[in-house]
Amino acid sequence: MDVGALSKNKTQKEKGSTIALNFLTKWGTILTILVLVAFFAITMPSFIKPSNLLTILRSISIVTVIATGITISLTVNGFDLSVGSIATFADSLVISAFVWYEFGAVPAILFALGGTLLVGLANAFLIVKLRIPDLLATLSMLFIIEGVAMTYTGGGSISEGMPRLDGTETFGKIDLVFKSLGSAPWIIIIMLAVVAVVHIFLNYTKHGRYLYVVGGNLEAARLSGIPVDRYRMLAYILSSMLAALGGIILASRIGSAQINAGAGYLMPAVAAAYIGFSVGGAGRPNAFGTLMGAVLVGVLENGLVMMSVPYYSLNIVKGLVLALALASTYFRKR
Amino acid sequence: MTNIAIEFPGVKALSGVDFEVETGAIHALIGANGAGKSTLMKILAGAYDHYSGEIMIDGKQVQIRTPRAAKQLGIEIVYQEVDTALVPYLSIAENIMLDVMVNRMGRRHFVRWGEVHQSARKVLERMGVKLDTRELVQNLTLAQKQMVLIARALAEDARFLVLDEPTAPLSISETQDLFRLMKDLAYNHNVGVVFISHRLPEIFEICERVTILRDGQVVIHSPVSNVRPLQVIELMLGHRFDETYPKTKVEIGEKIFEVNNLSADNGAVQNASLYVRAGEIVGVAGLVGAGKTELSKALFGALPAKSGETYLKGKKISVRTPFEAVQHGLALVPEERRKEGVLVEEPVYINLSAASLSVFCAALDFVRGGAERASARKVIGDLGIKTPSEYQKVAYLSGGNQQKVAVGKWLITDAEIYIFDEPTKGVDVGAKHEIFELIGRLVAAGKGVIYASCELAEIMGITDRTYVMYDHAIVKELVTAETNEAEILFYSTGGK
Repeated sequence: MDVGALSKNKTQKEKGSTIALNFLTKWGTILTILVLVAFFAITMPSFIKPSNLLTILRSISIVTVIATGITISLTVNGFDLSVGSIATFADSLVISAFVWYEFGAVPAILFALGGTLLVGLANAFLIVKLRIPDLLATLSMLFIIEGVAMTYTGGGSISEGMPRLDGTETFGKIDLVFKSLGSAPWIIIIMLAVVAVVHIFLNYTKHGRYLYVVGGNLEAARLSGIPVDRYRMLAYILSSMLAALGGIILASRIGSAQINAGAGYLMPAVAAAYIGFSVGGAGRPNAFGTLMGAVLVGVLENGLVMMSVPYYSLNIVKGLVLALALASTYFRKR
Repeated sequence: MTNIAIEFPGVKALSGVDFEVETGAIHALIGANGAGKSTLMKILAGAYDHYSGEIMIDGKQVQIRTPRAAKQLGIEIVYQEVDTALVPYLSIAENIMLDVMVNRMGRRHFVRWGEVHQSARKVLERMGVKLDTRELVQNLTLAQKQMVLIARALAEDARFLVLDEPTAPLSISETQDLFRLMKDLAYNHNVGVVFISHRLPEIFEICERVTILRDGQVVIHSPVSNVRPLQVIELMLGHRFDETYPKTKVEIGEKIFEVNNLSADNGAVQNASLYVRAGEIVGVAGLVGAGKTELSKALFGALPAKSGETYLKGKKISVRTPFEAVQHGLALVPEERRKEGVLVEEPVYINLSAASLSVFCAALDFVRGGAERASARKVIGDLGIKTPSEYQKVAYLSGGNQQKVAVGKWLITDAEIYIFDEPTKGVDVGAKHEIFELIGRLVAAGKGVIYASCELAEIMGITDRTYVMYDHAIVKELVTAETNEAEILFYSTGGK
């Protein structure tokens, strides 16, 4: 047998398999979504109904908004663990503004964003100025803000008609326009707008470019004259602002402040951001990928619930998806 | 050691090297950068298993193919980077006894702490060093850490001790302490000490014999008393293969950049003053570790400065961060190209615009991608960067082309002062030539260039004037046309 032809054949095969592998890593996430949708649609025809698809989009909105924040912290090679607590805090602030202080919708939202801005600044201070590793700094902030939110609300919850901490009666009502933010179609529009704005910001502006450059190689960025500390601070501030926005929509959705209401969003948001790394061959944190990651998690969750998998087992599946996403990100890096 | 030779892919690192050490004496091993000193010592340490030649100890032929074999023969090496060999959060005793504890514990699983501390104390007493064995190594000074490493070697009953540039980080009094210990080890404990150093005065102070390496071969092996410092310098230099340096004739203009009394934290740069004129290439010569990189970074605001004033075109400017440096028109091409100079994971065009992105910004800081890539294509053409397109990842370019990218990003900023730190490190001859030509074009356009290099031939070949660094300070200013390599080397090895 002709050895040359054999080896040639082999290299062609190898080439073919690397192309296939590249295609899979680029579009694997979207393929998985399609496969899952097809599978659920065949086993349960009601899955594919427009009303259910809308439910899925609505259910991932808050996760997606928070996850785009994490995505920004990831661009500078950082990580923000405190987003869940920040969402809870924003929920408490905005509801207290309506119920306790009888604010209108706009001042209430600004009040919540202002309060959480301080948290973002604190994160940036701990990480950039005091040089605490990001994971540990935001871990401490996770607990601090959880505690602050509970202390502020006197235990965790506020709702219309509930007396203040000092026992006085409240007459404040949650603004009706504000309430509509948390339901379709507005909640979905907000999500898509956030993803679009962050996507444009990261990919088409100078600041987005610098965030990626800082994350790619801090020292080279610094020696190119980029004010790296400023951009790292910006990343943590934006991350907390988006987490706060997630908390505000959450408040509108549930109409009250609840104990640790935002805590459950951390894990799926992290998963979405990491799943998003590879989408479209970006190979880096990106807003569109994060949306796709959230869709994947949402479809999986919705489908499994419809298949009567008990809710308390869902975390097993979501955790596995996160592990898989992390594996696909880090395994290739070696 | 007789007729030692070793090759690495494409390089003959050592050939026909004979080297001998007697116990009870101090030997100097010297040579210019890349002469093969480290390679020879690594063979002794058992780091390579593919050397050829013979190694004899006490007249018996031995094989040193693994680090363990070297240790069993009593050969111990204290490398320059002491921290890599120490465990910072363990005590002095544990660090001294580390090898013993790792290799001689046998089947025992519990540590006898009393014994460990006692043995460690004994070794330190023998060295005449007063240190509490319970102190953690992370709290020690560099000199004390060296002592701990030497103590570890002695705990292993070393018969031969190799010290690789041990005095570089030490103060004068610490150096004297080390010398006392070296003499004590050699004369009272019959250890053969090999002392590798760039500092000629030290070699003449304490060594009996000297071996000089050049281009992987021994050029002389003789008692120190038979040679003179200038002779040593000539032997180190020899006549290496000639390279040509394209030096364009440029009219030198006014002083455009001046720095007075620049000092960086921790003595990384000490009281450096220098100036650059328009169209002038100013060299910064010095051996590896003399502080050239630190000076380059301090000039650029990348190392925190303790004191110093910077003037650009007669105006005092503040250069506390690289950001400020770039705003004022300074540019740095750093030594660690892949770590600091380029973004290897990014395409060429993003690298080329990294220092000048604002130039390509429209309203709201949107990047005009077309303009950005067009300018990248122009730089690629101007510098002859070999890349399929501006979209190629920099990681896939050759070293020389990566260096051109690192330079190219400053051309768009239109910087006034270019600082090059070892720009030819790891690039091939052709690319070197192109880099020299590029520097020539910069000065022809009236820019000022600071060129730091340990390659004396390059300093001689392309600079107009040169500062010599020794021990983190500028010790001499020379006009290139009126000096020679020997004189530069004389000052960079501590001559006065």
